[in-house]
Amino acid sequence: MKVMAAAFVAALIIAFCAPVVLNQFEWSSAEQGSSTSVRLD
Amino acid sequence: MNMKLLGATVLTLATLLFNPVWAEDAPAVDRTATGGAQTLEDIMARQEKLKVDESFRSENLGNPGSAAAITEQLGTRGGVSDADTWRGIRYNESDIKTQARGPAADVLIQDGGMPWYKLRQGPIITYGGGALLGIIILLVVFYFVRGKIMIDGGPSGNKIERFKAIERFGHWLLAGSFIALALTGLLTLMGRSFLIPVIGHEAYSTLAVGSKWLHNNVAWAFMLGLVMTFCMWVAHNIPNKLDWQWIKAGGGIFSKSHPSSKKFNAGQKIIFWTVMVLGVSVSLSGLSLLFPFEMPMFAGTFSTLNGILGTDFPTALTPHEEMQYANIWHSIVAFAMMVAIIAHIYIGSVGMEGAFDAMGNGQVDREWARQHHDLWVEEVEAKQGKGGST
Ligand code: HEM
Repeated sequence: MKVMAAAFVAALIIAFCAPVVLNQFEWSSAEQGSSTSVRLD
Repeated sequence: MNMKLLGATVLTLATLLFNPVWAEDAPAVDRTATGGAQTLEDIMARQEKLKVDESFRSENLGNPGSAAAITEQLGTRGGVSDADTWRGIRYNESDIKTQARGPAADVLIQDGGMPWYKLRQGPIITYGGGALLGIIILLVVFYFVRGKIMIDGGPSGNKIERFKAIERFGHWLLAGSFIALALTGLLTLMGRSFLIPVIGHEAYSTLAVGSKWLHNNVAWAFMLGLVMTFCMWVAHNIPNKLDWQWIKAGGGIFSKSHPSSKKFNAGQKIIFWTVMVLGVSVSLSGLSLLFPFEMPMFAGTFSTLNGILGTDFPTALTPHEEMQYANIWHSIVAFAMMVAIIAHIYIGSVGMEGAFDAMGNGQVDREWARQHHDLWVEEVEAKQGKGGST
């Protein structure tokens, strides 16, 4: 049962880290269409 | 009398086979009277939901080769009329220049929106939700008819290790994230129909934003769990002859017998492969939704399918249509997985005495193991006999 709880916590940790890590690669769907991704070229 | 009825039925069914309605194309239309433009027949055919070959419009986009001199009418437009331009926009053939940099910004008209919306709000919710209720009812009935599957003669009290900590970790990473994904996914799909009327827009909005966050981000834990369990268990899930015997005996579920099995029986192998195949599919379509327009997959998949099956799936899809297909497919696969998993959860918990321990603390009762996985117990005992008490 400890392992089960640990895995649930791990799932949450992964969930919290995912957007942070994705942002490092500028891989965010939330960024789409925001000012940084609008280029007038 | 009965024979006549039978004959009539067979005849009706046979005519259905040849009934052109199945894939009916509109009859060829003579468009000389309109100079190649749309005719009343085209409009009527579309109203009857016949498949109209639209190439007379989609390819009629003007002819720069016959452009008039700049001093003449239409001269500056390079042989393209207003109508030609609009057809180009309508069929996504125009070279659109826009300041908006989104990947789909240069598609100005796409008409997949309403069919997608109706499919999602209608049949997907009805049949998907129905399937979930159906499997739950079936399991309740099964519980009352068959009852909990008990250890014959009761537990021995002597334990044997079934899953190591890392295996249980992988399982619960997969299971915990799947349940979170299933609940938040259902909330996103059905909230508009069922929750807003009850809790109102404001409360639902908060719930929906939170559920979207969790769904988008916990998906990575699901994918990791999927990879972990695949690597750890695939070797035990290769089908073999024994599985066929297990299936023929119906797993002993109704005969109350215990067909032989190694570490995983045929029923578990079915769950394993269902989870793996559907899990990969739901992950891929999910990624395609998570990074909008960046990972279109359906045009390619459809053209491969057309090549193999000779089907006629569309292969020229606008970015939006790609997203619509990904969304619908994602929900269908998710529902199929949920149905399988609800049955799995039942048998792994309330449905069978002693099963939960395997994933609970990893130690199962030796008698449980002998009855459900006799050959696996023999293997483990043989190994322990050889290599001491590991
Ligand atoms: C509360 C929920 C769940 C419970 C109580 C549960 C319980 C179990 C148990 C007891 C086993 C081991 C069976 C044995 O000893 O032979 C098992 C195996 C397994 N579980 Fe779960 N599970 C749950 C959720 C899930 C979910 C959500 C997934 C996947 C999305 C999943 C995938 C698997 C797979 C692939 C196996 C190996 C094959 C099998 O035994 O059927 N489980 N589960």
